[in-house]
Amino acid sequence: MDISWFVVLSAFIFCIGAAGVLTRRSPLVILLCIELMLNAGNLALIAFSRMAGNGEGQIFALIVMVVAACEVVIGLGIIVAMYRRRLPIDVDSMSELRG
Amino acid sequence: MSVAAWGWLVLLLPLAGTLAIALGYRFLPGRTAGAVGCAAIGLSFVSALGMLTALLDKPEESRTVVDSAYTYASTGGFSVDMAILVDPLSTLMCLVVSGVSFLIHIYSYAYMDGDRGFRRFFAYLNFFVFSMLLLVLASNFVLLIVGWAFVGAASYLLISFWYRRETATAAGIKAFVINVIGDVGLVIGAFLLFDGTGALDYATLFERSHEVFATNDAQLVAACLLLLVGAFAKSAQLPLHTWLPDAMEGPTPVSALIHAATMVTAGVYLIARMHPLFEQAPAAADVGAILGTATLFVAATIALVVTDLKRVIAYSTMSQIGYMILGVSAFAYSAGMFHLMTHAFFKALLFMGAGSVISAMSSEQSLDRMGGFRKAMPFTYVMFTIGALALAAFPLTSGFFSKDEILAYTLNRGGGYVILAIVGYVAALLTAFYAFRMVFRVFHGEPCHEARELASGHQVHGDPVNPATGEPEDTEVGFPGPEHHVAEQSQAMQIAMVPLAILALVAGVLQIPGVTDAVETFLEPTFADSQFAHTHPSDSSEYLGLLLGGAISLAGIGAAAFLYLRRPGMTKWMSERYSGVHDFLANRWYFDELFALTIVRPFAAAGRFGRTVIESAFIQGVLVDGTVGVVRAGSSFARGIQTGELRAYAGLLLAGVTALLLYFLIAAS
Repeated sequence: MDISWFVVLSAFIFCIGAAGVLTRRSPLVILLCIELMLNAGNLALIAFSRMAGNGEGQIFALIVMVVAACEVVIGLGIIVAMYRRRLPIDVDSMSELRG
Repeated sequence: MSVAAWGWLVLLLPLAGTLAIALGYRFLPGRTAGAVGCAAIGLSFVSALGMLTALLDKPEESRTVVDSAYTYASTGGFSVDMAILVDPLSTLMCLVVSGVSFLIHIYSYAYMDGDRGFRRFFAYLNFFVFSMLLLVLASNFVLLIVGWAFVGAASYLLISFWYRRETATAAGIKAFVINVIGDVGLVIGAFLLFDGTGALDYATLFERSHEVFATNDAQLVAACLLLLVGAFAKSAQLPLHTWLPDAMEGPTPVSALIHAATMVTAGVYLIARMHPLFEQAPAAADVGAILGTATLFVAATIALVVTDLKRVIAYSTMSQIGYMILGVSAFAYSAGMFHLMTHAFFKALLFMGAGSVISAMSSEQSLDRMGGFRKAMPFTYVMFTIGALALAAFPLTSGFFSKDEILAYTLNRGGGYVILAIVGYVAALLTAFYAFRMVFRVFHGEPCHEARELASGHQVHGDPVNPATGEPEDTEVGFPGPEHHVAEQSQAMQIAMVPLAILALVAGVLQIPGVTDAVETFLEPTFADSQFAHTHPSDSSEYLGLLLGGAISLAGIGAAAFLYLRRPGMTKWMSERYSGVHDFLANRWYFDELFALTIVRPFAAAGRFGRTVIESAFIQGVLVDGTVGVVRAGSSFARGIQTGELRAYAGLLLAGVTALLLYFLIAAS
């Protein structure tokens, strides 16, 4: 199968993820969208790895998964902490770092 | 003890006094600071006497002693030693400086009693004497310049001693600035000499200058003229004289110290000390003689009309220093130094008398308000009159012999110097006149209120005011103290004045032409190498000069007596009749205005330009504010990006990555 199908699908999923990150206000959905983007990256990595005929891209994809897991742990932790302090679960209302 | 040991003692005792008072003033109760100061200078004078006897024990040809304590700096083929030079010239100066200063210290002990700055005063006074002795005893240019600058600093401290009086601080600054002009001249002159000879100590420098420089060599003349700038600034000669009358803002003992013993005589000493150079550069010496003569005449004319008692004496100092400068520039060294010595006696005496009178007037200094103190202050009257007699060169007083000696030598030089001598004789007439103008206006005539009160045993203590402006003042620290001391009631002041009076009367016997000649014989070893010092005027011409001088002196005194005793209204009529001349003199030949126009105002304008244009507009406006503006604009832009909105950051990130990606794609294809 031609490599370009995989790449186009990967780009498609990545753009969906990016659009979700930019448009949604709930941190949970944003985390999900980031997950989409990471997996789009994984898809591209594995496709290229198969095309090149060696396993390096697959190893890289595994690492990305580990990173994604860590990120979810931390992100969910933050969201739970916010929930406990009765803060609004809304990224737009949290702009205390404004300069 | 050896000569050099005595010399070091002379120098170090006043330094020890300064340090003891300055560092230990908390532990010196009451008047002990004054006692310490007097003792230090007194012992210094005793050491100077020891130095004299030790020097006289030596054979004449070995009476120049250089003693080095240690090498101060040694580099590239030349070295500067911390060394003193003791020879007859410096011994004479040490005797005069320490002796007269000692008496002034005793006088100050009583006069400054009651001033809140009593200890500070004595610390400064000792420092002043130390600086002057350092200047005199220096054996090389480095030490000389150090002493020279110390004297300037000490004079600043003392002139603005009453530092909360604005006129006093202004006068102190003026004196300091003009002295620094002189310092710069001296330093550059020393550089030029070092450039030519490669030495800074006197002996080597003089020796080599004969080999290196031809007579009237341009570099040597320039160096000597620069030395003259230094000498003239310190000795208040035209055109660097304007600080001296203003220096009267200091306490009266300070005026006595500056005028009689220290400071203003430094220029005369410098020329005498540098005589081998000036003899090799007669052009520079001529300039010195001409300016000295101009000063002695100008100052004498101004002294005729000034109404401030202390300023009259100040201008007389300028005039008398002019005589000394004329003397040493005309290579009549012993005559110039002799006049320096006698002048120290009678000028200190005059200032002490004036201080007593001013105390009796409770700080009022105007001659117009004084009068008739003869009955009320008999002691001061006698002392002041003796001083005035010596100043007027009344026959057989000390000033009579010393002034004539200078003029006789000047006449003997012939040529243009004859004109200078004639001007000197004319000024001698004026001197006699203004000296007795003071005496008659202060002590004779109708007694003023203060004189009547004092005669009835009660001294007037008026409200403290600044005599220069009439503004009321405190008697706090930084202002004159509340008490006034007159010599009639203070033994210490009398003790200080009597020896000076005796010396002012009889010191002339040291140098009666053809009879004693003690000063000249004593100074002979210092000036042995001089080509000119040995060409004496004949005794007969000197005696003729004495006769002429005596007649001039009597004429001047007689004219003053006629105008102020016989026809008291006459001077007022004259000043109105010839108001142009009077105003010209009363405004001091407009020297201050001339300097204000030519120097002070351009400098002030340049300063204003620097402040408004360079400092405010360029440095502050462009450099400092410009940098601030750039940083501020950049930071406010960077701050604008930091919205705190998570999605905005994500959008920016995405946009940035996309832009980079596009760039690389385009660049790659």
